[in-house]
Amino acid sequence: MSRTWVTPGGVHPPENKHQSVTQPIGQLPIPEKLIIPLSQHIGAPAIPCVEMGQQVLKGQVIAQAAGMVSIPMHAPSSGTISAIEHRPIAHASGMLAPCIEITTDGADTWIEHEGISDYEHISPRKLIEMIGNAGISGMGGAGFPSAVKLNPGRQRPIDTLIVNATECEPYITADDSAIRERAGEIVEGIKILSAILDHPHHIMIGIEDNKPEAIEALAPHVEGTGISVVVFPTKYPSGGEKQLIYILTGRELPAGKLPADEGMVCINIGTTYAIKRAVIDGEPLISRVTTVTGDAVGTPRNYDTLIGTPVRHLLEHNQFNEQAGGRVVMGGPMMGFTLPSADVPIVKTTNCILAPSYAEIPDDEPAQPCIRCGMCAEACPVSLLPQQLFWYAQAQEHDRLEAHNLFDCIECGACSYVCPSNIPLVQYYRAAKGEIRQAREEKVKSDHARDRFEFHKERIEQAEREKEAKRAARREATQQAKADHAAAANGSAVPSAAPAGTVPSSSAADIIAAAQARAAAKQASPEDQRAKLERTIASAEQRLKMAEEKLAEAINDDSGKQDKLSAAVENTRQKLEQSKSKLAELAE
Amino acid sequence: MIELIAQNPILAALIALVGLSIVFGGLLGFAAEKFKVEGDPIVEQLDELLPQTQCGQCGFPGCRPYAESIANGDDINKCPPGGQSTINAIANLLDVPAPELDAEHGEESEVKTVAYIREDECIGCTKCIQACPVDAILGAAKLMHTVIADECTGCDLCVEPCPVDCIDMLPVAETIADWKWSIPAKPGQMIATDRRGEVSPAVQNEDAA
Repeated sequence: MSRTWVTPGGVHPPENKHQSVTQPIGQLPIPEKLIIPLSQHIGAPAIPCVEMGQQVLKGQVIAQAAGMVSIPMHAPSSGTISAIEHRPIAHASGMLAPCIEITTDGADTWIEHEGISDYEHISPRKLIEMIGNAGISGMGGAGFPSAVKLNPGRQRPIDTLIVNATECEPYITADDSAIRERAGEIVEGIKILSAILDHPHHIMIGIEDNKPEAIEALAPHVEGTGISVVVFPTKYPSGGEKQLIYILTGRELPAGKLPADEGMVCINIGTTYAIKRAVIDGEPLISRVTTVTGDAVGTPRNYDTLIGTPVRHLLEHNQFNEQAGGRVVMGGPMMGFTLPSADVPIVKTTNCILAPSYAEIPDDEPAQPCIRCGMCAEACPVSLLPQQLFWYAQAQEHDRLEAHNLFDCIECGACSYVCPSNIPLVQYYRAAKGEIRQAREEKVKSDHARDRFEFHKERIEQAEREKEAKRAARREATQQAKADHAAAANGSAVPSAAPAGTVPSSSAADIIAAAQARAAAKQASPEDQRAKLERTIASAEQRLKMAEEKLAEAINDDSGKQDKLSAAVENTRQKLEQSKSKLAELAE
Repeated sequence: MIELIAQNPILAALIALVGLSIVFGGLLGFAAEKFKVEGDPIVEQLDELLPQTQCGQCGFPGCRPYAESIANGDDINKCPPGGQSTINAIANLLDVPAPELDAEHGEESEVKTVAYIREDECIGCTKCIQACPVDAILGAAKLMHTVIADECTGCDLCVEPCPVDCIDMLPVAETIADWKWSIPAKPGQMIATDRRGEVSPAVQNEDAA
């Protein structure tokens, strides 16, 4: 058994995991409607590639990845596209986001799909492409596209593959039950990952010691594969990426660095299962294991849930007792958030739907003033100073917040959990992070505006300069002409007798003569003029005809445009008259 | 020479001091030339803090002229788009007390706005294009104009010149991408009137007494 390290801080909240593992993973009837949000992952939202009313088969692509960091979406069941519009999604804001709705036909007909079994002989690039096309994003929390995570092109080779089976948050047993029932497939997925990453030296499955059944289930499958199952004591939060890396390797990931920068890849155990399905069975990610638990539901258990299933559907099939607890939380009690409505769909990152009774999780008690006990600092798994951060967040001192490494906070909620004054500390940090991010964005925008303003000013000034230069050139040219004239006059027979006044007058006379010549040239060809006038008349007549037709139409429609149109007709007629009279003049 | 210096300590001191001052004076002069700072750095810093809407509500033609004016001792509370947070930041930089926003120059608005041209009504006069300080309006003479919303700073300057009043300042809608958590109510405020910032009648009576 390999050595493990101990992270600082952490808490031991009641686990409450036993309730939902009494039953095997269940299957729900296919819901009537599936709602698939276009953004279930980090990165650009997918772009719909289906139309309203289109028939889709299970596993068919309904939205394509938009760029590098994005994933496609697939139809979780067969049916008809019944809406592409904004719908409420699982987000703490309760705001709407673009979704595709599928009205299912119940037949659950698969699209033709095919996997490959000898992945060892396929290039990693091809395997990564398969994973990307299957729409797989991290299923543990943030939802980072897995294909991007696995993509080569990093500075150092990957020597450690860490599979995250920690599931440290209370109540949630989705990964636990998945391992119990699907350990073989999960290990197969890890082997595929190992092949993609060119067989890293260390492959570790990190798992807490509160899941003995899962550990037992994994044991026969990992034997002789070089994969080690590392068991460590249960503590919240051990499942954070950086925490788990420290527990398993003793290496601290520097702030702002990704595991890949340190030669590591950390992937959730649910994702490895999805990868196995994608590569060997050719199935895209259209379902996941979700825990439905809490005292307000009849039988807490895990379901293999189709992505897009409304939360209401899950609760209704589980005797949800609305009186016992009106709240529905997505995620666990520590990091989850209360859903604005039960109509929101399950997404690729939804590991738990928690419907607690009021006795189980009472409403937050009102916050009391901070007594500076320092318990939050002891509980913080990242060794931050939550109390200081709290003061600075209240005072909105962004510089100091950043100096105290606010952005290293993983929002695990351990500080709020231990706070004897019930201060919602994490909410302060989230708010402060949001403010700082907004300030940064505004800074970028204002710098951009400054650049544009300066460019604008520069452009105006340049135009002004050019105009000025032209004016100066013209002035110089006139003066030059004057000088030339003067020289010519001086050079002529009567050098001294010519008065000064004649020079400008003679040049003015020249200009007038030139203008007259130009006018005469224009007048010179009456044939041309006649032809031009005739053309004008012809086109005016045509326009008049069209305008009159329009007017007639408008009168029939009674659309209120008559006045305008009749004025236009009158106008055209007048112009026509004018042209005709001119032509007559010319003919004379 | 050495003898002379040795016998006249005052002369020795004078020579030493003059020598030192020449050396250090030369050094300072060299440093002043070599490490010369172009422009006024405080103006740069002030300009960084201003919101760059270039709206001119402060009475200056743009943010930079106002920054220059502040550096020369002008009031720091003339920027409504920046609002109190900008005033606080400038006060912090200059180490002066932060005044309230001067109402004479306008009020701080809660929501960001962006110009919107009702395109059916636009007659294509290009007046707004000329007014826009950041070239965020696109169009040509006698052709419809439109605002590039991403580039618009919401400065308002295009609204006034429009002869047909077809420009509206619309509030920027919050999207799910830029939504953020709000700061919770201060702890210790368990009494509803305290939370709302009202003063109870009893306290008012006490104050009166």
